[in-house]
Amino acid sequence: MKISTKKLQWLMFGWFFLFPFLPVPGYWITIGNYIGLYSIVTLGLVLLTGIGGLTSFGQAAFVGLGAYTTGYLSISLGLSPWLGLLAGLVVSALAAGLIGSVTVRLSGHFLPLATIAWGLSLFYLFGTLEFLGKYDGLSGIPPLSLFGIDLSAPRVMYGMIWLCLGGCLWLVLNLLNSRPGRAIRALAKGKTMPEAMGINTAQYKILIFVLAALMASLSGWLYAHLQRSVSATPFGLHMGIEYLFMAVVGGVGHVWGAILGAVMMTGLKSQLQDLLPLLLGSTGNFEIVVFGVLIVLLLLWAPDGLWPRIAAVWARINPPEPEVVAPAIAPDGYGDMSRRAKPAGGSLILEISEARKQFGGLVAVKDMTFEIHAGEIVGLIGPNGAGKSTMFNLVTGVLPASSGEIRFLGERIDQLGARRIVKMGIGRSFQHVHLVPQLSVLENVAMGAHLRGRSSPLSAALRMDRHEEAQLLFLAAEQIRRVGLGDYMHTPAGSLALGQQRILEIARALCTDPVLLLLDEPAAGLRLKEKEALADLIRQLKDEGMSVLLVEHDMDFVMGLTDRLVVMEFGSKIAEGLPTEIQNNEAVLAAYLGGIE
Amino acid sequence: MDFGIFAVLAQDGITNGAVYALLAMALVLVFSVTRIIFLPQGEFIGFGALTVAALQSGQFPRLVWMLMAVGVLTFLVEIGSALRQRRYKPLPGRHLMWSGIENLAYPSLVWVLARGLEWQGMPMVVQILFTLGITVPLGIMLYRVAFQPMAEASVLVLLIVAVGVHFAMLGMGLFIFGPEGSTTQAFTDWSAEIGALLVSGQSVVVLGVSACLIALLYLFFDRSLYGKALRATAVNRKGAQLVGIGTTQAGRMAFGLAAALGTLAGTLIAPLNTVGYDTGFVVALKGFVAAIVGGLASYPLAAAGAVLVGLLESYSSFWASAYKEVIVFTLIIPVLAWRSLVSGHGDEE
Repeated sequence: MKISTKKLQWLMFGWFFLFPFLPVPGYWITIGNYIGLYSIVTLGLVLLTGIGGLTSFGQAAFVGLGAYTTGYLSISLGLSPWLGLLAGLVVSALAAGLIGSVTVRLSGHFLPLATIAWGLSLFYLFGTLEFLGKYDGLSGIPPLSLFGIDLSAPRVMYGMIWLCLGGCLWLVLNLLNSRPGRAIRALAKGKTMPEAMGINTAQYKILIFVLAALMASLSGWLYAHLQRSVSATPFGLHMGIEYLFMAVVGGVGHVWGAILGAVMMTGLKSQLQDLLPLLLGSTGNFEIVVFGVLIVLLLLWAPDGLWPRIAAVWARINPPEPEVVAPAIAPDGYGDMSRRAKPAGGSLILEISEARKQFGGLVAVKDMTFEIHAGEIVGLIGPNGAGKSTMFNLVTGVLPASSGEIRFLGERIDQLGARRIVKMGIGRSFQHVHLVPQLSVLENVAMGAHLRGRSSPLSAALRMDRHEEAQLLFLAAEQIRRVGLGDYMHTPAGSLALGQQRILEIARALCTDPVLLLLDEPAAGLRLKEKEALADLIRQLKDEGMSVLLVEHDMDFVMGLTDRLVVMEFGSKIAEGLPTEIQNNEAVLAAYLGGIE
Repeated sequence: MDFGIFAVLAQDGITNGAVYALLAMALVLVFSVTRIIFLPQGEFIGFGALTVAALQSGQFPRLVWMLMAVGVLTFLVEIGSALRQRRYKPLPGRHLMWSGIENLAYPSLVWVLARGLEWQGMPMVVQILFTLGITVPLGIMLYRVAFQPMAEASVLVLLIVAVGVHFAMLGMGLFIFGPEGSTTQAFTDWSAEIGALLVSGQSVVVLGVSACLIALLYLFFDRSLYGKALRATAVNRKGAQLVGIGTTQAGRMAFGLAAALGTLAGTLIAPLNTVGYDTGFVVALKGFVAAIVGGLASYPLAAAGAVLVGLLESYSSFWASAYKEVIVFTLIIPVLAWRSLVSGHGDEE
């Protein structure tokens, strides 16, 4: 019987639940408890760091917040531990929201550094505050009980911890395999691509930071009621660093790697603590040296962590089936999904007047004026450095214009951000492809459908979004077939040829349901046959009422395809007209081939 | 608070701030050249100070052992990488010879000097120079062993490696120096009274040394060709390699300088504070806070941030001494909020 990789993973996870029923020494159960507690925190880090691309050293501080909150409430105020859980989650979420919101707009290195400082300041705060018992901490925390059943026995707590971990795993896996999940996966690729798909990157960054903090806080709550006492030490910066270690060792981009990392690190440390004093004597703190050296060696050997290595070996034995599959037939209500009405043929769509972009003293785009009408294919050409890409960025909202006006369907867009512009109906591809290479073609294209769905992260985590998800995936699959990549639906996007990746970007842009499609050098890197297919595709889109603006270097491609050409040089328009007119235009020839001085 | 206390606290704050500034410089330097967030910086503070203390008390500076051990390791790494590449190119004999001199002969020479000379009575400047002669090569070796093989890795992986190195050095520190801290002799017992304020010679020395070093660094990176080359490596590794700037050289340079700055920071604080093998970490983290104020890019701003951190620490230790660390490390939140407001939208691509 062939067993799916996904089921196997859960089966292996299930093994951990048998563990306390085996006649193992109590010490092992303790280690198992800690592995579970660490895994919960590390899982949050995988989501935050490995998938979202944000690094945090401060997770231990959030564990501390969870532990101290329930400790204080249950000892000093005599409240139920379950209220303590709720309060801990709220406090952690608020703190994470605050830190997240001051750092997300800054470049990537600030969050990790801010979390170092935050972790330290909270650690010192735990150790100084009178009502938290200063450095002695709080002791006498009541055990957990549920409907009068006492949960304090170590083996029962073990089950409780691993159930919580299993729940978190299930929620995170669901979340990642959904519309918000794709948005989170897009985050690691910088800001330009997700924003161009209508994804609010700042919001999603704060979201994953808060989610990671919530998991840390949950772990802290369990810890407090397992240990029945809390003190500041386990919530210090060193522990924060160790959580990050676990994530990186396990494989920071992989959900199951979190558990592997926690098992490895906890096991390794306890073994080292037992073994090294026997080998080297007990004078020095050798385990920390060996530990540090092992980390460096491991990362030299497997920079992506252990899980991808294991997964690669397993994939050779049992090639995994695609995880995300689009429904074969259109799901219910697919026909009712809102689609933009295409404007009447020939009506004015994009109106650029006197648009200018200045970078300091450099005028990259100098008072450009041109128009695009519905159903038209317009080519924007010019020698390297002519300002084509800057012009493109002005229209797509990557850059604001310094002066002049750009109107789309009558509304000014020259100061709007990329997210607003894609919402209005301008889809785009990129000159340098922006894909998430390890995700399948289908998942990458489905990122473009972000604005077509509404499911919240919560509903996604609880699998309440499956109907909408099916619609979005079907939509994405349709666009993939439309551009001719149907055979590659489940191939990792990174393994496609560059030309195909550009086509993938067109499919992704089509998912945004655009009225105007902006393509940045779509033919670069394509072979002749592929170019012909691309030209056919663009013509077909035009027949469906789409307007297209192309930036292109390939003259043959542009000449045969476009209705009109706009030629730029040194930031200015030097010619505009039919392709045949442009071919014989003196100024254009001079710009391309060099004029006679 | 009367003016006298105010002035004393200010003097304290500025003196500490000057030390943080050195560390902030080193952190900015290493980060901008190699993209490594150099957590082991703190160890150089403790190791430097303890080595000077050992020299002054007539003990053998045991850090030399570590230098010799890491030197052997570095040489083995060099030989290993040469052997791995022998299918593509002949064994780089000259290179290995130099590596042998650097990593085997030099540490032995240091050992002979440490054993043979009577260090106890030497002028402090000589003792500090000798300490630098141990720590700076150590910094360079660390780069060779742990970081150079993965210079192209992501910032996160480099950071984790830095943490690994930090752990390893911390453990070694405990083994080498033991858990006890030490202080060193004062640089000078000169002091002057200006109005109500007693200006200590110690503060003057710290300020003077820091100011000189900061000025030198600034000149080096802003005026000299080599300094500019280092900055170019930071902006674009591949581009710098293509125009003939050795990124490996740049990394060695950055680590050597960072080790030197860390050691100097350690020797500057050691006469006033008891320094243990693990003291440096928190001190270096305050340097981090300062470096963040400077956005990890600007030397003058980082220096200003360092003085701010020093002053804040000094005044908060007067008003709310228990919360001193909390206040210093929480400073980062408003600073980042402010940076976030003025920077508009930064993109990390």
